[in-house]
Amino acid sequence: MWEKKPLLLIALATAAILVGTTITMVLPFAWVNTETDRIASVTPYTPLQQEGRDIYIREGCNNCHTQTIRPLVTEVLRYGDYSKSGEFVYDRPFLWGSKRTGPDLARIGGKYPDAWHYKHMDSPRSMVPKSNMYDYAWLRKSTLDPVMSERKMKVLGFPYTQEQLAQLKGKNELDAVVAYLQKLGSDIAWRKAAEVTIVGELKNPYPDTAHRSMEEWEVIYSEHCAACHGGHLEGEIGPHLDGANYTDEELFSLIFNGIPDGGMPAFSSLGTNKVWKITNFVKYYVQGEDHP
Amino acid sequence: MEKPVYNTDIVRSFVHWSLLWGLVAILVGVIVSLQMVEPDLNFPPYLTFGRLRPIHTNAGIYGWGVGVIFATFIYMVQRLCKTPLWSNKLAKFQLWFFNATIIASAITLLLGYTTSKEYHEMEWPIDVMVVILWVVFAVNILMTILKRQEEQMYISLWYMMAALVGVAILYLVNAAALPVSLFKSYSAYAGTNDANVHWWFGHNAVAMALTAPPLAMFYYFLPKTTGVPIYSHRLSIIAFWSLIFMYLWTGAHHLLWTPVPDWVQTLAMAFSVMLIAPSWGSVFNGYLSMNGQWHQMKENYLVKFLIIGLTFYGLQTLQGPMQAIRSFSAFIHYTDWVPAHIHMGTMGWVSMISYASIYYLVPRIYGRELYSVPLANMHFWLTLVGQLVWSISLWVAGVLQAGMWNATNSDGSLTYTFMETMVEMYPYWWARAAGGFIFFLGIIIFIYNLFMTVRKGKDVVAPIVTAAGRN
Ligand code: HEC
Ligand code: HEC
Ligand code: HEM
Ligand code: HEM
Repeated sequence: MWEKKPLLLIALATAAILVGTTITMVLPFAWVNTETDRIASVTPYTPLQQEGRDIYIREGCNNCHTQTIRPLVTEVLRYGDYSKSGEFVYDRPFLWGSKRTGPDLARIGGKYPDAWHYKHMDSPRSMVPKSNMYDYAWLRKSTLDPVMSERKMKVLGFPYTQEQLAQLKGKNELDAVVAYLQKLGSDIAWRKAAEVTIVGELKNPYPDTAHRSMEEWEVIYSEHCAACHGGHLEGEIGPHLDGANYTDEELFSLIFNGIPDGGMPAFSSLGTNKVWKITNFVKYYVQGEDHP
Repeated sequence: MEKPVYNTDIVRSFVHWSLLWGLVAILVGVIVSLQMVEPDLNFPPYLTFGRLRPIHTNAGIYGWGVGVIFATFIYMVQRLCKTPLWSNKLAKFQLWFFNATIIASAITLLLGYTTSKEYHEMEWPIDVMVVILWVVFAVNILMTILKRQEEQMYISLWYMMAALVGVAILYLVNAAALPVSLFKSYSAYAGTNDANVHWWFGHNAVAMALTAPPLAMFYYFLPKTTGVPIYSHRLSIIAFWSLIFMYLWTGAHHLLWTPVPDWVQTLAMAFSVMLIAPSWGSVFNGYLSMNGQWHQMKENYLVKFLIIGLTFYGLQTLQGPMQAIRSFSAFIHYTDWVPAHIHMGTMGWVSMISYASIYYLVPRIYGRELYSVPLANMHFWLTLVGQLVWSISLWVAGVLQAGMWNATNSDGSLTYTFMETMVEMYPYWWARAAGGFIFFLGIIIFIYNLFMTVRKGKDVVAPIVTAAGRN
């Protein structure tokens, strides 16, 4: 019957297509982005942040970076609290991505100080030698356009002030990208909540420091700390470190939980053993000569 | 009865242009695979990985995939309906508008005008061009079907019509946007809604552009090649209707464990598993049509491409549903496993069926015998080996990567930092680039062989009865 009537076939095929479409694509609009999943602390992007987001899109950062953290143990450990629907209500388009060639960025906001991002964007491989992310220093050469930005804010229906637009003058594209990255995932106060309380008594498992182990520990330090504190603890983005200023326990807790408001990341995900090794390295590096 | 005069000129043109875009897609594929291992191959602002990868995917799907769809559909519809194309003028317009759209897409993507939505990156003016293009194509095919001389519509025509409607609905809904300027727009949907609409589109682009049309080609070219009809008509009816019904429920399998409502994810998971049935309906139908003809696998390069292509489709539709299960998705989602899945589909299934179709078409639309069958066999082996190296290396990489991402120490901390997991990928990414290069050599030989067929091939005295099959 339908094999002889093309119009009937088309009508039936359209109907078949529309059933699943209606249920799994149209119907969810009744659930998603409604009052139930709104989060009061989530705010729209400022003109500068939105410009940064548009540059992120233009440069296709989403081809290497995802922006959604799944409620899975190791994922939350690695990237932070899992993503909630209400955090994305101002995202047009969504930027969840599908491939993690680089790390997830859903909660990159507040993880590093601005200075880290500038240095990293200028030349990722100067900080992370084996990275395959290419340099974006050239973004510094282009400026932002307040007129266009105002039009964007109007289309998106986001609040803005003339002052915010005026501030775009004199800023470049890299400033915008960094402002955007610092906003990502930081609308909810998850960092404080994620802080690990250290239970039990802290005991340094490596009380006797030997020259040999210092070398092994230096490798760990270089990988995780040198980008901010310098190869010889001399300080750069983070301050100069002098182990003599702390007790073992103080230093351990500082590294383990970081200083969330100061731009010092937490390193609890490295595990206590590695953190102890770094603690001892920092503690004894400056004492005497380079290597005790 | 006099034989109707079919329009073969336009088929020739579409074959030429789709080959060019296919070559570009694969070449850019090789380039981006090298950029992943050697970042110094990025040349900002235009030639960076972030901008080239969408050119690779869109040239692959729209330039190569859809280009071959245009060529084969216009060829098939005239023969299946025993009537010339409804409008040659419209087809001519379609050809040039198709190329204009592809070129405009490539240029705007290089310039950074993108929506970022995968396989829908082009900004709204190009969406308008795509819509015009598709309407012109659909009208021409449908009008040809309406004035057909053959009452019964063959299986291929069903899949063609479903694809025409399906692509139109998907593309239009996902294209909805609020324009800011000619080159910038914002999605009409926000956040989680946008994600859900987009992957409803994304997965069904796979259904309507990379599954239904190659099936239409397969159902047409296999019997033409072997000279034996499709095994079961009833099976093809069941497979067709259940396929187009079920596919649309499964988009959210790209979004498992994300903030999309749980029930949407669960439905997607269930329907993905059920999709095995209609997919394998076609696979069995294809295999059983080879009953008594398996010797042709050895003798006829066309059968090799078709049957191995179908085998890749079978594997793809077993692996896909597996990936759609929550626990498995938790493991491999976001890893290099997924590109391995994708390329088994695009390089194995879509490209192999497209190669077979073009091998079938060229001798007929030019009236020449294929220049070299040994070269065609070599092309087959390069394609097969290239694709297997590509996918197998990344399946291994994906499992390794997932294992490292999820490894924990006894105190519950992570065993590996992100970079420790990433550096392990480099050898596999090199292997993938090598696989891609082998595949690339294949298409070069293919194009050379076709070129020589047209230039130097022996004229055939109709009807063609060659090793390649009966007319
Ligand atoms: C070729 C893939 C690729 C592209 C494209 C890319 N990145 Fe990266 N990105 C990486 C990799 C790999 C890392 C991890 C190593 C490192 O820190 O460089 C990374 C790290 C980062 C980090 C630090 C994350 C962390 O938690 O330490 C940020 C921030 C970042 N990228 C931002 C961007 C932005 C913004 C863009 C677009 C302008 C971009 N990336 C484009 C691959 C990429
Ligand atoms: C992203 C850059 C960054 C990285 C990486 C980093 N730090 Fe810091 N660190 C900082 C900043 C910034 C401060 C200052 C915070 C403050 O005082 O508010 C700081 C502070 C500190 C302090 C306290 C210094 C003081 O004020 O007395 C110690 C100790 C320290 N870091 C150790 C480490 C160690 C060990 C590592 C590697 C495991 C590390 N840091 C990695 C940025 C970083
Ligand atoms: C020589 C052959 C090819 C090579 C070397 C190649 C290479 C690549 C590379 C390196 C990526 C990026 C993967 C990543 O980000 O991790 C990619 C993605 C992709 N390619 Fe290819 N490709 C080839 C052929 C094709 C063909 C023929 C098609 C389509 C018909 C295609 C479609 C795609 C798609 C859809 C993606 C997106 C994957 C995703 O979203 O994760 N590729 N390819
Ligand atoms: C029964 C059929 C199929 C099912 C259930 C299925 C399932 C899936 C799933 C679950 C994913 C997401 C993987 C992830 O990101 O975790 C995926 C990705 C993909 N599949 Fe399939 N698949 C099927 C058939 C096919 C076929 C025939 C093709 C043809 C080429 C194909 C092409 C793709 C592409 C291009 C993607 C990548 C999307 C992206 O960019 O992330 N699939 N598939």
